[in-house]
Amino acid sequence: MEEIYAKFVSQKISKTRWRPVPSGSLQTAETFATGSWDNEENYVSLWSIGDLGNLDSDGGFEGDHQLLCGSRHYGDVMDLQFFDQERIVAASSTGCVTVFLHHPNNQTLTACQQWATAHYHTGPGSPSWSCAPCTGVVCNNPEIVTVGEDGRINLFRVDHKEAVRTIDNADSSTLHAVTFLRTPEILTVNSIGQLKIWDFRQQGNEPSQILSLTGDRVPLHCVDRHPNQQHVVATGGQDGMLSIWDVRQGTMPVSLLKAHEAEMWEVHFHPSNPDHLFTCSEDGSLWHWDASTDVPEKSSLFHQGGRNSTFLSHSISNQASVHQSLISSWLSTDPAKDRIEITSLLPNRTLSVNSLDVLGPCLVCGTDAEAIYVTRQLFS
Amino acid sequence: MEELDGEPVVTSIPGVNSKKKQMCFDWGPGEMLVCETSFSKQGKSETVPGCPFIFIIRKDIDVYSQILRKLFNESHGIFVGLQRMEEDLTGKSRKAQLVRVSKNYRSVIRACMEEMHQVAIAAKDPASGHQFSSQISILSAMELIWNLCEILFIEVAPAGPLLLHLLDWVRLHVCEVDSLLADVLGSESPSRHESFWKLVTILVLQGRLDEARQMLSKEADANPTSAGMCRTLGDLMRTMPILSVCGSGPSAASWEVGSFRKHAGSVCRRPLTASAPQPGNTQTLTELELKWQHWHEECERHLQDGTFAPSPHLESLCKIMLGDEAALLEQKELLSNWYHFLVTRLLYSHPTVKPIDLHFYAQSSLDLFLGGESSPEPLDNILMAAFEFDIHQVIKECSIALSNWWFVAHLTDLLDHCKLLQSHNLYFGSNMREFLLLEYASGLFAHHSLWQLGVDYFDHCPELGRVSLEMHIERIPLSTEQKALKVLRICEQRQMTEQVRSICKILAMKAVRNNRLGSALSWSIRAKDAAFATLVSDRFLRDYCERGCFSDLDLIDNLGPAMMLSDRLTFLGKYREFHRLYGDKRFVDAASLLLSLMTSQIAPRSFWMTLLTDALPLLEQKQVIFSADQTYELLRCLEDLTSGRPAHGEPDPLQLQDDDIETTKVEMLRLSLARNLARAIVKEGSLEGS
Repeated sequence: MEEIYAKFVSQKISKTRWRPVPSGSLQTAETFATGSWDNEENYVSLWSIGDLGNLDSDGGFEGDHQLLCGSRHYGDVMDLQFFDQERIVAASSTGCVTVFLHHPNNQTLTACQQWATAHYHTGPGSPSWSCAPCTGVVCNNPEIVTVGEDGRINLFRVDHKEAVRTIDNADSSTLHAVTFLRTPEILTVNSIGQLKIWDFRQQGNEPSQILSLTGDRVPLHCVDRHPNQQHVVATGGQDGMLSIWDVRQGTMPVSLLKAHEAEMWEVHFHPSNPDHLFTCSEDGSLWHWDASTDVPEKSSLFHQGGRNSTFLSHSISNQASVHQSLISSWLSTDPAKDRIEITSLLPNRTLSVNSLDVLGPCLVCGTDAEAIYVTRQLFS
Repeated sequence: MEELDGEPVVTSIPGVNSKKKQMCFDWGPGEMLVCETSFSKQGKSETVPGCPFIFIIRKDIDVYSQILRKLFNESHGIFVGLQRMEEDLTGKSRKAQLVRVSKNYRSVIRACMEEMHQVAIAAKDPASGHQFSSQISILSAMELIWNLCEILFIEVAPAGPLLLHLLDWVRLHVCEVDSLLADVLGSESPSRHESFWKLVTILVLQGRLDEARQMLSKEADANPTSAGMCRTLGDLMRTMPILSVCGSGPSAASWEVGSFRKHAGSVCRRPLTASAPQPGNTQTLTELELKWQHWHEECERHLQDGTFAPSPHLESLCKIMLGDEAALLEQKELLSNWYHFLVTRLLYSHPTVKPIDLHFYAQSSLDLFLGGESSPEPLDNILMAAFEFDIHQVIKECSIALSNWWFVAHLTDLLDHCKLLQSHNLYFGSNMREFLLLEYASGLFAHHSLWQLGVDYFDHCPELGRVSLEMHIERIPLSTEQKALKVLRICEQRQMTEQVRSICKILAMKAVRNNRLGSALSWSIRAKDAAFATLVSDRFLRDYCERGCFSDLDLIDNLGPAMMLSDRLTFLGKYREFHRLYGDKRFVDAASLLLSLMTSQIAPRSFWMTLLTDALPLLEQKQVIFSADQTYELLRCLEDLTSGRPAHGEPDPLQLQDDDIETTKVEMLRLSLARNLARAIVKEGSLEGS
């Protein structure tokens, strides 16, 4: 890792997300959004890593990310997703789901759509009502799916005031995250170690498939789907374990990889280079998993890039264990030439790394130590 | 008890009239609650309504500053790194490490100052601008004190290098000269600039003789009449013997500080590189003293010969270089403070001052500089205590003078790692380091968001840290499950079982209130709370009896070993298993499971009737499912249940109606059981016979 920039921002960061670049363009990522949590006032903010042309007089901050604009957010930002280039969907601990619109002309961020009571609890036998945190959101223009501590799944359409579809009591425990499998199917993970597939074409409130970890019911906190092979899914659990699933077959994970020492808060396949995977955890670590085939010509390329000397300077060699059963694809079971190289990207352990996002060669992550880390040379 | 170290500060609370009413208060961990009572001063209860508010008094207000949050967060990382520093590191490498840690702390303070400075400039209203600049002056004082402590206590510079360090210290904190230098050099003819002589004087006062010489050569170029004198003074400057410094010159130090913060953040931060001069092999202190004496005499001779008499500026410079106290005091304005005076005085009269003699020169410099006109301020007292090598006095004065615990807590911790504080125990149990860390961490815990930082500070307080953490962690509001999980993780990592239980219980209770039985059960399983699991299981069973179907099957079907937590939970799981077997038409398995639920006493008695009713369809199947023995067992269960009923004295009508239904049920069961028994006997008999 050549350069990783840190900036302390005086708020605990719960989510970081790159703004998507227009498909087909050669632009690299230059704007990201963050959400804060556990502050008296929470914010959704937009940051730029590009050169704004107004560097400090001493040019001292050229590598730093600068705040573009922000907007007050009620409650903790539990999840954050870009809906498109201008719109950001934020999930709140108040059960509210808000769509923010970014106006690039005057650099402002305003709420343009809101579902105030997307998630709520109903008291026992009475009309009493209290808000339930919305824990996850996923977007696929024009649809937005949210899940919450109330075990409810909502399907919104950005131009509709009411939910298009709501599955009450979809889960008896807390839903922690959601992602699209293939339209109109979604995947949710919950606090008793289950992975559920829901098909919006089916009526009723039963999932079309339940996959689960055996026995221990370890809560799952995050889920991501392989960008090209849609049946390959990665999840991260409370014990820091990384699980790889093949949702076409079986109800158990294909492989379980011992990873972090505490809750894995997020897992992301690299969108354009899916042999690379990134995870972050409550234990304050951020890991890069490289499962690309270890063919000779490729590794020699790495040597030319000087990668082995500099890039791995912080690698945790004792943990960079060779995992059986994975080669180019995460599901491969050829034990002969498979290896996953694991690199720790943050130099020293801090408080929890709550969120990360990757896009092209750029990575951003946010921590409870109120710092945002950005690198622009992930594969240099 | 010790005596007070100063008058306690009076905080007046707006809205509370303590003259008329008595006040009451209660201590919290980091704050205090205050309100008016209904009693007047004379102790009589009054009905006149007082102030309707309860006030929260916080003592550590700096915790609430947005910019200082960065200081707290960034220094937290340094603190944790320092605690992990290997104990077995000894001698030079250990000292180098500690100096580096100290410089890291200072660079964080400087970064905060820089940012505060920018914000102060941008501040729109004068009030907040004023607030920021007062914060800046506090930060800058903190850095000044820290830097001096670093030189004296951590670096422990010996005679010789000591002065060079002190020079760097002064240059770092009296830095207006750099902008002046740029200003003068940028003008058309520097030597005619109105501040030219002021600049040269400052440079000489700070011992930046190379730069002073360059300035003099400009004067010589512009003014041929004084060229000779300038050259002579320049030569004196050039030949002044100084301790040879390996690597970095004096200007390097100031440059480093000016631009050390290229990249904000701990990763790319270039630490203040140590310009620590080591006495070179080639030059001993005695040699230096000899050379210096010789040089001093030469200066003296020039002055007596009147070499510089035609130019008062040059003459006064020469006097400064001779360490002439009167000449130095004439430059009071430019020296700006007594410690600058001290260092300049030492530079030109006692360059090889020993640490042990410092306090003597410091005291006399302070007295000379203030000249009886003003009394020393808290900052002066702190610096003086440092020059006297009285660490405890430094920390005590800082605790009184500064508005936050951050400074003293971190400095004391660092000095403790230098093994400087071991002998000092306070009269209330913990040592000073721990006491200050506890105070600081409590302040963090009182803050809405910074509590996570406090945890690591408590961890490194061996005596009272754990109990303090236990006390504070229970007070964290658990607004979301995610936050609760973070708190739980903290408790679990430290085996704080009591707190883990209580957090899980709180969450389970919350879930029950929100009608989320599945969640409630999960939490009680996590807490291994059998009683609560029983309670939730009962709710599930009641719901089943009411609705005739189970909710939250995804959870109940996957209980696994967690089922053994409580009997009722086991029953719930097994009962659900019975339903599944029945649904799968595995009647024989289902029947024996049902029976075992009753005979093993797992099923609560109140539920037996339901179980027996569940047996009815099995009894009515075409093939015989319950064997004769099993049927006898069922009969016994039924009799147990009916005979065990308490007799009612005066049954009310509703009860009678219920009893009616019950009686019918029992009748039906008896009939079915009898028929089944008959069929079973026939079947078993014919099987045996064949």
